[in-house]
Amino acid sequence: MASASSGRPPAAPGSTSQAVAAFSTESLTARYDATGPDVLTDVTMAVPTGSLYAVLGPNGSGKSTLMRVLMGILRPIQGSARIAGREVGVWDRRELARQVGAVAQSEAQPFPMTVRELVSMGRYPHLGPLRPEGDEDRAAVNEALERCDAAQLSSRYVSTLSGGEFQRIRIARALAQKPRALALDEPTASLDIRHEMSILQLLRESADSGLTVLLITHHLNLAARFADQMLLLSEGRVAAQGSPEEVLREEVLGEVYRWPVSVRRDPVSGAPSVTPLG
Amino acid sequence: MSRRALAVLLLVIAVVGLLAGIFFGPEPISWSVVVDALMGRGSDTLHRVVWDIRVPRVILALLVGGGLAMAGAVFQALLRNPLAEPYILGISGGAATGAVSVMALGLVSLNSWALPAASFAGALLAILLVFRVASAADARLDVGVLLLAGVVVGAFFVAILSLILALSDAETVRSAVLWTMGSLRGATWRTVLIVGTYTVPTTLALLGLARSLNLMAIGEETASYLGADVERVKKIAYGVASMVTAAGVAATGVIGFVGLIVPHGVRLVIGSDNRALLPISFIAGGAFLTLADLVARTALAPVELPIGVITALVGVPLFLVLLRRVVRRQIG
Repeated sequence: MASASSGRPPAAPGSTSQAVAAFSTESLTARYDATGPDVLTDVTMAVPTGSLYAVLGPNGSGKSTLMRVLMGILRPIQGSARIAGREVGVWDRRELARQVGAVAQSEAQPFPMTVRELVSMGRYPHLGPLRPEGDEDRAAVNEALERCDAAQLSSRYVSTLSGGEFQRIRIARALAQKPRALALDEPTASLDIRHEMSILQLLRESADSGLTVLLITHHLNLAARFADQMLLLSEGRVAAQGSPEEVLREEVLGEVYRWPVSVRRDPVSGAPSVTPLG
Repeated sequence: MSRRALAVLLLVIAVVGLLAGIFFGPEPISWSVVVDALMGRGSDTLHRVVWDIRVPRVILALLVGGGLAMAGAVFQALLRNPLAEPYILGISGGAATGAVSVMALGLVSLNSWALPAASFAGALLAILLVFRVASAADARLDVGVLLLAGVVVGAFFVAILSLILALSDAETVRSAVLWTMGSLRGATWRTVLIVGTYTVPTTLALLGLARSLNLMAIGEETASYLGADVERVKKIAYGVASMVTAAGVAATGVIGFVGLIVPHGVRLVIGSDNRALLPISFIAGGAFLTLADLVARTALAPVELPIGVITALVGVPLFLVLLRRVVRRQIG
């Protein structure tokens, strides 16, 4: 708890150097059940600091598991997972939450709560269980709401929000943590194109302003447009990683998704564009 | 209504309840005599009625009602289940089995402390059993398993209880049934001291957990990502809320509805933030039980009604009115 008093994230060893990856794994193998099958096998990857990094792959390929291991809530069987160059297991949870704002695929909503209350939870890593909210915390919450275009929602009950609004305020909560990196598990699933685009633009802007963004998504074409680098998982193993042009290739995708695809250059954005055939 | 306004209003009600509980009772004593007795003047008998019966009784009602309401709020956040209440994890079954065993063995009249001691032991046994089952799989405490284990262990104790009752005489059955509906009749300065020793520090511990419990309510994965030490919070909250409940049930029997209705009622007015919900639920639960006990003692005096009947008869309609008025605002 010694780190709690400062209220600022302590610099991780090596985090000043650009060479240290924001998230990385080395020969990582993970399981949910010690005697069960591997969910991730021998995964080595690195997310450069300040980049938008997309994690792709079919359902059940281990994308969410990779995020859980990176965030330290699932311990690897073999290999290592590091955040800012430091083994994830040695981070204190609040210290980790000041470093990375993570948005899980879903969350429970058993009791009525206002948007402001939900977003204010993003200040927990700075306040801990007891310290009262101060001006700095309120400012961080307001700024996060503002950036997610959600300031007008702040007194609404969460149960009255649309799917797009709900995802925006969950991202606002992660931003209120004032982290150096974001990790998001399918934040645009089931959203319409306007809401999806506004979230992707927000993430792109965040990456441009220096935040590292790890984004799990099924949308190959949007990932191709917005991501700097990507990782393609297949049955828990790395099928490809690199720039969108390197990863989104017809023969690789066809094999990983077990469905024939055609990859062309999108005439508007210039990024690779994947069309399922058949 | 703002949090502060509700807190002040409930505090006023609690104080009124306390005073009413001291000044009114089945024995008609004029107010000036009560004041005299409180000051240590007047006859010995009156002093005993006021100072040794009425005063500890209202304080016990405040402690037990407050403890139950707060424990209910904690269980609801911990189990992420609006139907949770202090007895959901088998504590009442364990406590009742302990209490009725003592009654069936005919030990009640011998020792005034045998009944609370046995019911406290039964509650502890239930808590330990449920905890062991829920944390057996791995080091983690699975709240889904906790809930199931609690309900099943509770049912097992109720079966033992029924077996004992089936083999007991009519008088034991009657006292057992009355015990399970709760009563503050046994209040003495000693019970106040014992229950207070459990309730006051545990209340402070739970208040310290309030913000962490807010995170727990939206799911353990998200709570971890936001920086909560999820396993630690779960174990402390479960252990501490259980101890409050066990102390209450040992002193007063099973008083239902307070732990379910009071936190929900408070939540409907001020929202789900446990930092406000827990302390205000404590005040509201204490005020509610103090007034319910006053009704139980005086409504059909000299017959005393089981307090569990009053809490349900008064609490349920009150809660339903509140529910109808507020829920529309939250479901757009």
